[in-house]
Amino acid sequence: MKVLLKKRRENYLPYYLMVLPGLIYLLINNYLPMFGVVIAFKDLNFTKGIFGSDWIGLDNFKFLFASKDSWIIIRNTILYNVAFWIVGTICAILLAVFINELVSKRMAKTYQTFVLLPNLMSWVIISYLAFAFLSSDAGFLNNTVLPALGLEPVNWYAAKEYWPVLLVFINTWKGVGYSMILYLSTLVGISRDYYEAASLDGAGKFQQFIKITLPQLKPVVITTMLLAVGAIFRSDFGLFYQVTRNSGALYDYTRTIDVYVYQALMENADYGMSGAASVFQSVIGFVLIMLTNAFIRKYEPDSALF
Amino acid sequence: MIHSKEYKLTQAVSHVVCAVAALCAVLPFVLLIIASLTDSGVVLKNGFSFFPEKWSTEAYQYIIQEWQTIGHAYLMTIVVTAVGTAAHVTISMLFAYGISKKNIPGMKFVSFLLIFSMLFNGGLVSTYYCYVRYLGIKNTIWALIMPNMLMNAVSVILIRNYVMYTIPSSLMEAAQIDGAGPMKVLTRVVLPLSKPILATIGLMAGLAYWNDWMNGMYYLTSRGGSDLYTIQIVLNNINNDVNALVQSKDLMQQLGTSGSLPSTTIRMAIAVIGILPILVLYPFFQKYFVKGITLGGVKE
Repeated sequence: MKVLLKKRRENYLPYYLMVLPGLIYLLINNYLPMFGVVIAFKDLNFTKGIFGSDWIGLDNFKFLFASKDSWIIIRNTILYNVAFWIVGTICAILLAVFINELVSKRMAKTYQTFVLLPNLMSWVIISYLAFAFLSSDAGFLNNTVLPALGLEPVNWYAAKEYWPVLLVFINTWKGVGYSMILYLSTLVGISRDYYEAASLDGAGKFQQFIKITLPQLKPVVITTMLLAVGAIFRSDFGLFYQVTRNSGALYDYTRTIDVYVYQALMENADYGMSGAASVFQSVIGFVLIMLTNAFIRKYEPDSALF
Repeated sequence: MIHSKEYKLTQAVSHVVCAVAALCAVLPFVLLIIASLTDSGVVLKNGFSFFPEKWSTEAYQYIIQEWQTIGHAYLMTIVVTAVGTAAHVTISMLFAYGISKKNIPGMKFVSFLLIFSMLFNGGLVSTYYCYVRYLGIKNTIWALIMPNMLMNAVSVILIRNYVMYTIPSSLMEAAQIDGAGPMKVLTRVVLPLSKPILATIGLMAGLAYWNDWMNGMYYLTSRGGSDLYTIQIVLNNINNDVNALVQSKDLMQQLGTSGSLPSTTIRMAIAVIGILPILVLYPFFQKYFVKGITLGGVKE
């Protein structure tokens, strides 16, 4: 018996060694910074380190929320996330429905290939693509499109009023292929029988879409909504930083929490403010994920995330 | 036959909608490529256009001239992508196979640590500070490989699910009975059967490394880290320099120079070079990419 036990324990060792590199990485990359959240409550001195620096309680948060900036960045982050989710979901579902309608599967695949292309690119590359259109001197819009419509050229990177629309458009342009694939994979699974029965009963395409397609997509929509709510205080830094070319004239409408944290950290080396903002973001994000999951677990158990 | 009119209409509308979407997706890339091939004088006069008055390869000639800098950045991109992807796949595979053995004491806790890392994180500032202050990662190659990219919970969970639900456990048991140790079972049985999922994970990780500019921006400085610049970081730095110049336009006019910045067509050409491998390889890896999306979209 003793021998058996010993042999068993020896057998486990290789498995522990297998998870070791990943475990060390998790500790370095995820868990060490988790304990590091105390910097939000400290007057951080780089040489003294996290644990040697002095505690200052909630002062960092007081400074953060006393500034006018804090409300603007929170407002921008939330509103853009809401707009991105609504517009992105509608476009992705519509596109998936039309692609699914196509009888020629070869053409369907070709369209899918093209629509997915922007998703492969980094935001830096997309900032170059956007610049080719929006540059005030050389941009395609100012030189070709606007004159053709008889409109005056616009100094895009200084005119903030256009950016809510531009950012929603660009974000959807990059992401629609990705979400479309998610919805398409559900649509492909819906039995043709439903549609045939419906059309025998005289239901038109639109009615079939409302009565059959949408209800089938509901679980996926709920899952993506859940994820979006959990991430409503997060923003895609690359989009708001690169595509706007970090233009100060646009900040009122384009600066989000992530851009603010970057600036406070890298441009002003202000560990207090940036730390408070980033810890605020993490904690709220965590609370929101737990809440939405608990909520969904109660009302739609099949859609719960964990 | 009654339905044929409705059928034709639906097909036509669907084709039009999809074609418009496909055009929207592709046209910016076409403009970028044409812009890089436009004569720079014509750009000054007419701006970027899909039908330039005069074509030119001067931007690419400049890049060939400056190949020492740009070629070096390109080489760095390739090295970081290759090393990072290989490490990501290896670490994730080992970890996933380990936690797939749920009965081993402690593995449930290890799985929990993984899942929890998805739900809560220390935030950018804390992560940055830990890497710089405690791991001394600034201006080293590790800066481009480690932070947030070496392993992630999604990769591990996808591989673990594949190992647990797709590979027949009887195969692993049979190998064990034949006297194969855990490492041997992994390399001889599990690994060959996991090729499809590893290709998908490897592709996702490879794209992430190829496209990464944030780690370079945070952890490399122009003084000590310029040897490590990848193409994306070079493109990001050009952006920053241009922005800085635009904001000090008056100063520039006083000096009567545009500084040493590459012209717009050259910048566009560097961007084209940065995306060229993705565009060329895309048809071949599309299958795995689509698979990655459908798998990754499904919850745990």
